[in-house]
Amino acid sequence: MTINQISVFLENRPGQLANICRTLANADISIVTLSLADTAEFGIVRMIVSDHDKAKEVLKKAGHVANMREVVAVTVPDRPGGMAEILDVLDAAKVDIEYSYAFAFHHGEKAVLVFHFDDNEKACAALAAAGHPVLDYKSVLEEAK
Amino acid sequence: MVYPELPHDVNSPTHPVSAMDYMPVEPLRALQLHRLQWTVKYAYERVPLFRKRCEERGVRPEHIKTLADIKLLPFSKKTDLRDEYPMGLRGAPMDEIVRFHCSSGTTGKPICIPNTMQDIEVWKNGAMRCLTMYGIRAGDVIQVAYGYGLFTGGLGLHYGGEGLGCAVLPISGGNTERQIMLMRDLGVTAIAATPSYFLRIMDEAKKQGVDFRRDTKLRHGIFGAEPWTDEMRETIERETGIIAHDIYGLTEISGPGVAGACPHRTGLHIWEDHFYPEIIDPDTLEPLPDGEIGELVFTTISRCGTPMIRYRTRDLTRLHTEKCPCGRTMRVMDRISARSDDMLIIHGVNVFPGQIEAGLLRVPEVAPHYQIVLESTDTLDRFEIKVEVTDAAFSDDIRHMENLRKRVLDAVKSIIGLTPKISLVEPNTLPRSEGKIKRVIDNRKK
Repeated sequence: MTINQISVFLENRPGQLANICRTLANADISIVTLSLADTAEFGIVRMIVSDHDKAKEVLKKAGHVANMREVVAVTVPDRPGGMAEILDVLDAAKVDIEYSYAFAFHHGEKAVLVFHFDDNEKACAALAAAGHPVLDYKSVLEEAK
Repeated sequence: MVYPELPHDVNSPTHPVSAMDYMPVEPLRALQLHRLQWTVKYAYERVPLFRKRCEERGVRPEHIKTLADIKLLPFSKKTDLRDEYPMGLRGAPMDEIVRFHCSSGTTGKPICIPNTMQDIEVWKNGAMRCLTMYGIRAGDVIQVAYGYGLFTGGLGLHYGGEGLGCAVLPISGGNTERQIMLMRDLGVTAIAATPSYFLRIMDEAKKQGVDFRRDTKLRHGIFGAEPWTDEMRETIERETGIIAHDIYGLTEISGPGVAGACPHRTGLHIWEDHFYPEIIDPDTLEPLPDGEIGELVFTTISRCGTPMIRYRTRDLTRLHTEKCPCGRTMRVMDRISARSDDMLIIHGVNVFPGQIEAGLLRVPEVAPHYQIVLESTDTLDRFEIKVEVTDAAFSDDIRHMENLRKRVLDAVKSIIGLTPKISLVEPNTLPRSEGKIKRVIDNRKK
């Protein structure tokens, strides 16, 4: 089970991230979480938003390069060792993490890890078998409210 | 490479427009000598600057006994046209002049070229020969998106197209949305534009969701008036499915249609029954043998309004020694991908923008839009190349994007031997052109 993430190319120019956020705000799209990957020359912003299809459309219309990527969201027990447990499962299943970022839901207790794997399906199966709940898009949005 | 689906009569010495293209070499040389002798005498008697320079060298028209004797004659340059503005180089009397063309030039004072009716006919004939060679015929619809007016681009293709009985759409440059609408509505089959303006049209088509293959009848692109590369041609052909033809010309000599590429794509055939070419070493000014790269020099040998003798074009190319398989005897030159004026000296190395373009476009994911930025710093000058990222090239994996940047860098570096900073920028952020594009921003302190 995967969820859709919007990735946008960020040119190394002041105000670029603000432009992207404003474009989404004007279309009444809220950002559930975002993560920035950057180099000295350019960046990539990855976001989970309230309406990914619309987000992609408005970003493209505004002239940005954006694409949609399937990622896996897993809830992590919010206690020491919580993340290590998840990573052990993934290690054992021999899946590669291409990138990952984390965010916490409003009410504490639970954190969510977002992953992009070389093999999302295999990773999901391993996580589910080990009893770690993989979230669907609807529940991410619900929890984020 | 020969392009596919040629009409069978493209390469035909019996075609009324193309017959001269195949003239046997010996009579061609005799004709050229005859016309050269005529031109030298004509200009000597009518153009004071030319006469003065000949006298300084002790040359008289009767000294021109062979084509090789052309090297006795003085050169002319763009500055002569500026200095003699408006009509100091005019050969024909005013009552024979039917049209002026001017070029603003980038440095202020314009140049002005008076043309007689015969000059216009020769020019038109050159354009017709090019169009015929491309496979364009009566029945084709030509959208002329070169600028009309003082610039020769628009009117040159206009008269050439009409001369063949094609339907001409004199739309000129600009208003890109309407260009696409009319292209579709009128079933345009050929478009004439600068390559950089055509890229702009391609952008607009993409924005409107127009697919050239599916939604238009466009088959031919007639591109010239600015330097471009094989890589740019491949990009245009791949994206649109049209055949991208080369045309060459210049106002000082006539206009578009001085030379053009045949289907064998060996280079551009020069209509040397009217425009006699030489290649010289730009430093020593000595003529170079065919095959060697140097500055292209033209002598008009049938022109009256403004006879130009040994005009230095600043374009760098070579004349081929091999015969073209198409059978045309008119000599072939390489496409102009560099002008000596455009040469940049970066970190002590000579670089032509065309070399950078060739490198960039070897990476197919990169959009054909780029800008070269040079700035002075306390140490080494900053040398940056901005390239637009395309949707197809974008990945949210940073390694993939870094790799793309590195591939672009390697491709450029392998040609020019320098290491510029490659900056990936968002689509549609670099300047577009409606005529001739300026891709180099040189802010270095002189």
